[in-house]
Amino acid sequence: MAHINVPEGVPGIRSLVMFRPETGKYLYDLAQELLRGESELSQADRELIAAYVSKRNDCFFCMSSHAAVARCLYGDDEAIVDDVLKDMERSQTSDKLKALLHIAGKVQILGKEVNEADISAARDLGATDKELHDTVLIAAAFCMFNRYVDGLASLTPRDPEAYKEMGKRMVAGYNLPPKA
Amino acid sequence: MSHIDLKNDLPGIRGLMAFRPETADALNALAEILLRDDNNTLSRGERELIGTYVSYLNDCFFCQNVHGALAGHYLNCNIEEIDSIKNNFVASDLSLKMKALLAIAGQVQQSGKSVTEEHISAARNAGATDTEIHDTVLIAASFCMFNRYVDGLGTTAPQDREFYTNRAPQRAEDGYLVLR
Repeated sequence: MAHINVPEGVPGIRSLVMFRPETGKYLYDLAQELLRGESELSQADRELIAAYVSKRNDCFFCMSSHAAVARCLYGDDEAIVDDVLKDMERSQTSDKLKALLHIAGKVQILGKEVNEADISAARDLGATDKELHDTVLIAAAFCMFNRYVDGLASLTPRDPEAYKEMGKRMVAGYNLPPKA
Repeated sequence: MSHIDLKNDLPGIRGLMAFRPETADALNALAEILLRDDNNTLSRGERELIGTYVSYLNDCFFCQNVHGALAGHYLNCNIEEIDSIKNNFVASDLSLKMKALLAIAGQVQQSGKSVTEEHISAARNAGATDTEIHDTVLIAASFCMFNRYVDGLGTTAPQDREFYTNRAPQRAEDGYLVLR
């Protein structure tokens, strides 16, 4: 049961933003801008960064839902998602994306963990300043979303099927659900 | 020097926001509702103090000084008093409710899952409402984002702490949506 009186049976962040739509609106606006707005990173890659950080934060709800939407967005290449979540360093994804995921992993520990060598490695593989910026901010944002979802002990479905449906819906973007 | 070329020399998060205004709008709107909205039973000073404490735990110099100066401005205490609260809020003369909320914020800084039923009950027994508990968790979580964003991109921060106390009154007046 959640720590506070959120609508029953509603999973994850959805239950929290229904409890407090005043702040929820801005959280969804931020997610929309970060994950669906203009960026040099594809939407699929951005969702994968989100799932990867959520996994490192041990947030099952965010990891499962963002992995699900990443699989939808990668389409025929959906296997990359589970490959990265299983063992990022040895995954079959591009070296550039690995370098960005490596930075995201550092951000998950703490901002100061990111060093000049991490940045240079990504830049040498073709990462732009905007891509570096967006990677750090997405990783940082999921350090917020994960703590919000687990810090209030919101409902976390265990059935993978529940996330499949969620992922399909999330492809369209992040819109505040109607008030409880 | 920051890890990426921000094309400006503004300090801390300001430099990042000028570099990427699209995401800045969403971040500032979130800060404004969380920290300044008048429809909240936690005072602006109390909310800034939660942000300050989490930034201190995350070792983010820029954020703990910006928000520490603002907390001091609202709560009518000087930077030394804010420092002593950061170092040991349990020994401070803050209310029992505020101490219980800071304890929750400290758990959120570690991980969402670190918040237990006992932390929540302690806050509730000290008079905290569900919305106050919600906002405490979300403010603490959001600073786990802001701190990582600021430090993860290696932004510069003025070392003279008077820079922050001098600017606090103007920021308190302008809020987070007016940047000058």
